[in-house]
Amino acid sequence: MTATRPSARSGVDRPAGPSPLRRLLPGAPAAAGPRGSTLLRHLAGAVLAGTLVVLLTNQLAPYQNLQVARVCAFLCVTAGYTVLVGLNGQLSLGHGALMATGAYTVALVQRAFDERGVQGRWILPLSLLAALAATALAGLVIGLAAARLRGPYLAGVTLAVATLVPAISTIFTGVFNGEQGLRFPAETPPAVLGAYFQPERWLAWIALLAALLTVLLLANLVRSRFGRSLRAVRDDEVAARLAGIHVARTQVLAFVVSAGCAGLGGGVYAVLTATVAPGKFPLELSLFLLMAIVIGGLGSLAGAVWGAVLLVALQDLPSLLTETFSLPSGLAQRLEGNLALAVFGLILIVVMLAAPGGLHGAARTLVARLRTRRRAPEH
Amino acid sequence: MDRFLFLTFGGLSTGAVYAAFALALVLIWRAARVVNFAQGAMAVATAYVGYAVASATGSYWVGLGAAVLAGLLLGALVERVLMRFVGHANPLNEVIVALGLVLLIQAVLGMVFGNGYRPAAAPFDTDALTLGGVAALSPYDLWVLGAVLVVVVLLALLFTRTPIGLRMRAAAFAPEVSRLLGVDVSRMLTLGWALAAAVGALAGMLVVPTGLGLHPHAMDLVFVVAFTAAVVGGLDSPAGAVVGGLLVGLILSYVTGYLGPDTTPLAVLVLLLAVLLVRPGGLFSSARARHV
Amino acid sequence: MTGVLEVEAVSAGYGPVPVLRDVTFAVPAGTIAAVLGANGAGKTTLLRTLSGLLRPAGGRVRFDGADLRGVRVERLVRRGLAHVPEGRGVVAELTVEENLRLGGLWRSDRADARRAQDEVYELFPALARRRRHAGHQLSGGERQMLALGRALIARPRLLLLDEPSLGLAPKVTAQIMALLRRLCDDRGLTVLLVEQNVRSALSVADQGVVMSLGRVVTAAPAARLRDDDQLRHAYLGF
Ligand SMILES: Nc1ncnc2c1ncn2[C@@H]1O[C@H](COP(=O)(O)OP(=O)(O)OP(=O)(O)O)[C@@H](O)[C@H]1O
Ligand SMILES: [Mg+2]
Repeated sequence: MTATRPSARSGVDRPAGPSPLRRLLPGAPAAAGPRGSTLLRHLAGAVLAGTLVVLLTNQLAPYQNLQVARVCAFLCVTAGYTVLVGLNGQLSLGHGALMATGAYTVALVQRAFDERGVQGRWILPLSLLAALAATALAGLVIGLAAARLRGPYLAGVTLAVATLVPAISTIFTGVFNGEQGLRFPAETPPAVLGAYFQPERWLAWIALLAALLTVLLLANLVRSRFGRSLRAVRDDEVAARLAGIHVARTQVLAFVVSAGCAGLGGGVYAVLTATVAPGKFPLELSLFLLMAIVIGGLGSLAGAVWGAVLLVALQDLPSLLTETFSLPSGLAQRLEGNLALAVFGLILIVVMLAAPGGLHGAARTLVARLRTRRRAPEH
Repeated sequence: MDRFLFLTFGGLSTGAVYAAFALALVLIWRAARVVNFAQGAMAVATAYVGYAVASATGSYWVGLGAAVLAGLLLGALVERVLMRFVGHANPLNEVIVALGLVLLIQAVLGMVFGNGYRPAAAPFDTDALTLGGVAALSPYDLWVLGAVLVVVVLLALLFTRTPIGLRMRAAAFAPEVSRLLGVDVSRMLTLGWALAAAVGALAGMLVVPTGLGLHPHAMDLVFVVAFTAAVVGGLDSPAGAVVGGLLVGLILSYVTGYLGPDTTPLAVLVLLLAVLLVRPGGLFSSARARHV
Repeated sequence: MTGVLEVEAVSAGYGPVPVLRDVTFAVPAGTIAAVLGANGAGKTTLLRTLSGLLRPAGGRVRFDGADLRGVRVERLVRRGLAHVPEGRGVVAELTVEENLRLGGLWRSDRADARRAQDEVYELFPALARRRRHAGHQLSGGERQMLALGRALIARPRLLLLDEPSLGLAPKVTAQIMALLRRLCDDRGLTVLLVEQNVRSALSVADQGVVMSLGRVVTAAPAARLRDDDQLRHAYLGF
């Protein structure tokens, strides 16, 4: 055990926040600058990544832009989720339900304004903020309980939370409209962008902004003192307590932050289709999210990006297969949905067994190995 | 009053199934310190096997035997092929692998059998018999109670009266010492998983005809309820699992009966949280404190 | 020197840094070897390596002339090697009776296992009075007796004992030492005895193996270690 511990953890331990953004920057300095510039560095990375994606969206077809938007929405969730599970060691299976909370909040707020005939560009950010706040509050409640629970117990409780979504929506049918769910006014591009501006591109931009803000905030957070507390609590609660860290408060705060991110992501996700329904937030969603952060490498924000991309890409796998190979309709129908499920399950298992550091950890090891090999002949 | 009695009997019957399910969870927890989050999915898989065999042979009993056998095999397979190789650096690893297994099993079932509901016939009448004017237990309820009772007694005998049971307990409590005493701990672990999965398979076969129907997600909620039952009883205590299962069955029966079926998941969550926050070790935990 | 147990150039550890380095010694049949050394010298690590709980990084362990490499831990007891581990050898959740039964489960000769169990109760009457008590209800000394008794049920030819006197009253310690001596002389049992209680260990041992920082610094007849003031001062500090 002692032998595996350092290697298993090292991929997770290093604050991986800025690296994905930094990697995109060809001439970026490899060594970290002085501490004070971390924020600036992250900001520069975010602006650059944002610019690149915006340029990309100009080239893409509507459906592809919607895919980009979905990746960004999921990135909000996975980024917050990986901080909670990977850096703080709290396994929540309720993040699908938290996404639902955010999505329904957005829908309710937008409908409330719509019914009163109020319109305006500010309604969208307001509803997203409301989603963030409502989910953070939900996260506070769960987090307070979670701070007293460990490992499988927390997983079990949050699993119970995840099974609640359809029930809640039918218990309070008056508010949530049961299985049907809610529709609200679709988001349209502002007039200044021109009459023929692709709506999906606008949606991608919204989602992108949300994702960048989330990742930027989290990247700085994991680099901060709070980030170190998160890891300390995960590794050894007693030692953390002796070091003067308020363990319960750290755990609750981690849950609140993570939940807020999930709520924002869920809200954005709802905005993309202008609908919410309980069927969109099944138990599997939570497991999909878990797959996304595991495959990227638990605790790694860069891994969260990988995970969000794969989450969206793999969900399209079955339709892609049926189109490419023109499968018989019976088989196609069975593969529909199930194939992605099977792939996700396999990925979870294989990654946990073969590369607990995730894709990002594996890639990092590979790069490190290549580097040493390249350097070897010089000596 | 009649309704209360009706709900009580119904609660005992479903509670017996939860008890069996919780027992399966406790067996694995004791053997390996793993909460098997794939228990529900594994039980669904074996139930598919059971009902496929039952409809092929025309005999429920052959199907039941096939399901239990499939459970034994599946449990052993999961331990030998997967769980054995999970790194222990992080206590969450096993849970995550089990969750991956849930996705995989459900997907494979969906691909092979389709996602739709399949009818599952009960071997006995599921309509309640009336006793003195009160609708009480159905013959099927009686079969469920009897089957679970038999399993509980057999397990108790196995663990307390047989050398293999002594080995399994010792291997779970003190693996290293047991190895020094010649106990093949890794085989005991496989056996523990196999036994637990077989009990889970039985529970699955019993619960499917009670209105659930057979589909890949048939046990999603059942698993959460069974986990609650196991936590209520204390994950370490087989007797606690049985009592916890019956208790949770009763509570949920009343909640469903008086407040409506939609409130059941909420009641489960409240119950689970209440127990964990008030008595983290479960209602029947032994004096030795365990940090949850 | 050859013996029942031959340890040749064994090194082992828990991570990249070895704890045992190049450990070599042998224990002849029917004798007692006392392994002595300061805390952290590697005595427990040595025993764990011998019984296969720890995989040696190098070197060879022979038992009865056969190389033990690749032999699974749970098979060793069938070959006649019993290891009473340091501290918690008793399964706390099982009763005294169950602990003892566990020690004989592997034996095909059920009748003899039962007889051995009765002998243990005779040997340690304190255990006989507590048959139905759970392991965690026993006193520290009773636990040591139980762990030792359980090992004897296997009727081993080589017994590895890790600090059997820990927590025992001097009288009981003396009894156990005398018992070990008797088993050696009468039945040809071979004992590797790790002890902090140097005096009582040397009083019963044939040979002393002194370890320091994972190495054997001296292996000498017990009588010499006992009587040679210089040796004693240098290695045992009294
Ligand atoms: N599980 C372990 N992991 C890592 N290092 C260990 C482990 N167990 C022991 N060590 C180290 O190995 C060295 C030898 O330990 P060992 O337990 O063999 O000593 P010992 O001679 O039995 O001491 P004592 O007399 O205190 O029982 C010590 O430095 C200890 O720190
Ligand atoms: Mg020691």
